[in-house]
Amino acid sequence: MNKPEPIKTEDQPLGLYAKREPVFNRRIDGKFRRLKWGIMVICLAIYWITPWIRWDRGPYAPDQAVLVDLAHRRFYMFSIEIWPQEFYFVAGLLIMAGIGLFLVTSAVGRAWCGYACPQTVWTDLFQHVDRFFDGDRNARFRLYKAPWGPSKIARRLAKWTVYLLISFATGGAWIFYFADAPTLHQEFWSGTAAPVAYGTVFVLTMTTFVLGGFMREQVCIYMCPWPRIQTAMLDEKSLLVTYKDWRGEPRGSLKKAEKNPGQFGDCIDCNQCVAVCPTGIDIREGPQIGCITCALCIDACDRVMAETGRPRGLIDYATLEDAEQEKAGQPPTRHLKLIWRPRTILYFTVWSGIGLAMLFLLGTRVHTDLTVAKDRNPPYILMSDGSVRNAYTLRLRNMEGRPRQMEIGIKGIPGAVMWSEDMGRDQASRSLTRTVPADETQGVRIYVVAPADSVEPEFTFTLQAEGDARESDEAEVRFDSPEG
Amino acid sequence: MANADNKPAGAGRRIDEATNTETVGHEWDGIEELNTPLPRWWLWSFYACIVFAIGYCIAYPAWPMVHSATEGMLGWTSRGQLEKDLEAQQQERAKIVADLAITPIEKLPGKPALMRAAVAGGAAAFKVNCVQCHGAGAAGSSGYPNLNDDDWLWGGDLATIEQTLIHGIRQPGDADTRVSLMPAFGKDGLLTPAQIQDVTSYVLSLSGKEKASPASQRGAAIFEANCAVCHGAQGTGDRQFGAPNLADAIWLYAGNREAVSQQIGNPRHGVMPAWGERLDPVTIKMLAAYVHSLGGGEDFATVATPAQSEDQSEAAATETAAE
Repeated sequence: MNKPEPIKTEDQPLGLYAKREPVFNRRIDGKFRRLKWGIMVICLAIYWITPWIRWDRGPYAPDQAVLVDLAHRRFYMFSIEIWPQEFYFVAGLLIMAGIGLFLVTSAVGRAWCGYACPQTVWTDLFQHVDRFFDGDRNARFRLYKAPWGPSKIARRLAKWTVYLLISFATGGAWIFYFADAPTLHQEFWSGTAAPVAYGTVFVLTMTTFVLGGFMREQVCIYMCPWPRIQTAMLDEKSLLVTYKDWRGEPRGSLKKAEKNPGQFGDCIDCNQCVAVCPTGIDIREGPQIGCITCALCIDACDRVMAETGRPRGLIDYATLEDAEQEKAGQPPTRHLKLIWRPRTILYFTVWSGIGLAMLFLLGTRVHTDLTVAKDRNPPYILMSDGSVRNAYTLRLRNMEGRPRQMEIGIKGIPGAVMWSEDMGRDQASRSLTRTVPADETQGVRIYVVAPADSVEPEFTFTLQAEGDARESDEAEVRFDSPEG
Repeated sequence: MANADNKPAGAGRRIDEATNTETVGHEWDGIEELNTPLPRWWLWSFYACIVFAIGYCIAYPAWPMVHSATEGMLGWTSRGQLEKDLEAQQQERAKIVADLAITPIEKLPGKPALMRAAVAGGAAAFKVNCVQCHGAGAAGSSGYPNLNDDDWLWGGDLATIEQTLIHGIRQPGDADTRVSLMPAFGKDGLLTPAQIQDVTSYVLSLSGKEKASPASQRGAAIFEANCAVCHGAQGTGDRQFGAPNLADAIWLYAGNREAVSQQIGNPRHGVMPAWGERLDPVTIKMLAAYVHSLGGGEDFATVATPAQSEDQSEAAATETAAE
């Protein structure tokens, strides 16, 4: 370690580009592997089942529980319906997701990377396919090295077909979030779906096939910005998968250790931690960007420690602070205690604060909305009787799943009356009633006329939906006149 | 990958202690470079992008030449794209246009959806054909009527507006064009200048612009003898002759002494083209619907009711046919 090691240049030519070293990770069982299985099943189930959940919203709205209806600019999530102008709810959700990641990272390290990230989940799935077709680590390595022949071609084709099927199921499920799933499913197979549906499925199938089947850990190491951000997020109290070098070093095989008791650490240099790693790194080199903290090396090492009769946890979740304490012979801080510290509490406060604020807004929001645009050209019209008229375009929004009667009213300017473009002035009054279709916006052009002697520069349009006094809105507008 | 210097490639390479990474072997005043090669697939994706760019240049217009750009094998042009989009748009409109063609304008208010489409189409056509005189907001200007108000020279219901649009006003060569001819009382010596001033006083007093005075009283007699034939005894005008209402607050030119006396002595006569020669009947129908919708339209109820009853009878007819 002290002297720089010279490198034999002749057998390792210096290159600007590195070939990918394929990863053949060994099968392993253990508590983290089982946790990973569980999370994988839950994630995939959520992904594939969600679009098929039905949710009754009455006759005027789709009955799909989660639906991003881009064509009609509506976003449905169970009992919540969001219109484009309420997109701040989605923005809030994204901010919560971001802060949630910060929270998880500061509490349990790169848990997102290790368990829940789609790249991890699908890579894991594809690695199981590898194992099913080509066997475990050594068999896969042998097949990789073997020259191309009929048997290898057949195996590869079979495996890639399964890759493609999984990719197709993945890319195919995505489109069901954007249209009625059963209808689109039928249209898709009968060839009548929109071209964009087929295009999306093709693109997502190919990205899944390439990213999950072949790119795998390269995505994490070279393409994903998150590991870089996480590196900045981690601190001395973050849980990392740690090789406890103070306990393991110097490494020595069982035989060496038996011959020289007391000379070697607990690591028997069996390389099992390297063999099971899905990103092909050596955890014993310390924390690194390639480590997604999936903890499979912990499972592998624990098993070896059990077989050799040594205490578990040579590789284990630990913080940098733990490392210092353990090196000094003190017990590590309990991990549950680590979760409650100012940083995590701050993140949790912000995260839940945004969540509660959004829930409050969702619970108290009104499904009736009025916006008014005043005609600017001409600003006002003189009528033949000398009164002054202004024109306005009102937009009445009925954000409920049923048609509703709405009453437009005028507040201010005594003597002012209004009528709309489909009426004559003889029918003018202080209030008009319109039926706005379910879940729609209706534009109404309104003419407001006021006697010249009672003109005021401003007044207010009111909108009141039938049935519920809270379902109302107001808009203050200008009223132009020759004098004003 | 030859090095710039003549040393054998990679001589002096070593493992850097701090990072556990190999160096490339160069050294500049003690500064060394770590060897962190790019993944090779990265290079291939770079090449793939170059191939795509070449393909794009061949398929689509790309390189600027002296007079125009290279055309591309697919023959795509933004102009062609626009034509295609317009064609698609026209096809979408085709049904509405066909419906409008067979619907008499009086029946339009009975079909609210068609009416809305007509108003929207009329708004677009207005911007192309009418704003030059009537203004973008249809508010007109001196000599060009304001179409937003409730004062109509010839009438403000849908059919009358359509008629005015088709045949125009004082359009030479159109037998059905609307003609009104205010005599030039001053120029032709029908009234003396003093009489004209008196009539002006009377006309201005009708809408309260001026207070009644001896002059307006003199003018009243002159008005009755010369003007009431067309403008009515009360000066409220007559749409049959296109004679303006002089008793309201709206003036085609201006409601002051100068403009009114000029209009009596040597009147101006505005002309509106007969749009029937220039635009198709559907566009004219849409324009009429738009102008009618601007807030001064007349005869909503009377027009809407028979149209609705006709719709009902149509529905009844289809029901009987179904039976």
